[in-house]
Amino acid sequence: MNGVHDMGGMDGFGKVEPEPNEPTFHAGWEARVLAMVRAMGAAGAFNIDTSRFYRETLPPHVYLSSSYYQKWFLGLEEMLLAKGYIAKEDVAAGHAVQPAKPLKHGKLGVGDVERTMVRGKFARPALAPAKFKIGDRVRARNIHPATHTRLPRYVRGHVGVVELNHGCHVFPDSAAMELGENPQWLYTVVFEGRDLWGADGDPTSKISIDAFEPYLDPA
Amino acid sequence: MSDLHHHDHDHSELSETELRVRVLETILTEKGYVEPAALDAIIQAYETKIGPHNGARVVAKAWTDPAFKTALLEDGSKAIGTLGHVSRVGDHLVVIENTPQRHNMVVCTLCSCYPWEMLGLPPVWYKAAPYRSRAVKDPRGVLADFGVTVPTDTEIRVWDSTAETRFLVLPMRPEGTEGWSEEQLAELVTRDSMIGTGFPKKPGAPS
Repeated sequence: MNGVHDMGGMDGFGKVEPEPNEPTFHAGWEARVLAMVRAMGAAGAFNIDTSRFYRETLPPHVYLSSSYYQKWFLGLEEMLLAKGYIAKEDVAAGHAVQPAKPLKHGKLGVGDVERTMVRGKFARPALAPAKFKIGDRVRARNIHPATHTRLPRYVRGHVGVVELNHGCHVFPDSAAMELGENPQWLYTVVFEGRDLWGADGDPTSKISIDAFEPYLDPA
Repeated sequence: MSDLHHHDHDHSELSETELRVRVLETILTEKGYVEPAALDAIIQAYETKIGPHNGARVVAKAWTDPAFKTALLEDGSKAIGTLGHVSRVGDHLVVIENTPQRHNMVVCTLCSCYPWEMLGLPPVWYKAAPYRSRAVKDPRGVLADFGVTVPTDTEIRVWDSTAETRFLVLPMRPEGTEGWSEEQLAELVTRDSMIGTGFPKKPGAPS
């Protein structure tokens, strides 16, 4: 979707302001939100792509005015409501008043925490040969799905070069919509700064994205 | 959605969020979806076990062991998997080497993808709009915000983490560190030097 989350190349957000000696969390609730997202994801309530999509679909003014973990919280609550894990009545009462729904992988116990500290596996066996090889020139497709995609707007329509082939991976555009994993070849595609930004680009810069095969055409 | 985003102006944004987070945890616990002790364990792991010290050890090892460096650049996840003392790492970690010809920096313009296992949770600036918007269009301007200057004849390569691959920058080893041990070298490796928005500390510089 063409949401405000797709920020590459936007102007006006100001300077980057690093915080010296930044703490891991700035408030206790931030840590609880992170842990709930990890625990519910590990329990099988949602996949990572769906959780990203729920953050992206927050209204633009909410997305832009919320802190990172506020976005995580709002996305989590919306997603659990939409999927029927919690009900509006629960939230209004401040307690569970509606029955629970079974979790695909069951509740995450203390003994299972260690395995959630390593990212999930997204590589899948190839269903077809790769269309592109390293060095091929490719054009990012001019697509504008209203649903989740990982093809940022700033590369659409531009020509780049395939630099790495990462194998076949779960396709976020399908997984986010719970349409199955639909594995696709994944490539690092590199673009010249001047090709993306014209005369306003830095001629010494190159920018790469990781692009799934359905995002690309031969060029 | 509108009722969920209703703001009660008698309370600050923070206290409202805090309250709502507490309510959600209560509901999830009562429904048997989460175990508060497991949430505590997750938080503790992020606060104590994972952090840039993991990445720093990998970088220091690559600086002192050419065979490891070759393996690391070939397949980051596999090479790091051979180091028992570093935390476990997921698949598809790509390690990219800074050279006098090329300076690498990593961003996630769409959300906040970051090599957590190597660097810990990302800092606020990495997840915020100024960095995500400008890193791909004006990388030298972003580096200037960090007080970092890269020679104009060095290529700047920006890696936008748009999939489940993760990128770790292997910075250049500082001069004047000949004969240093891995442990000494690891002390020079900063988080930002592994994102590409900084350089390692120089020998003798205050930490």
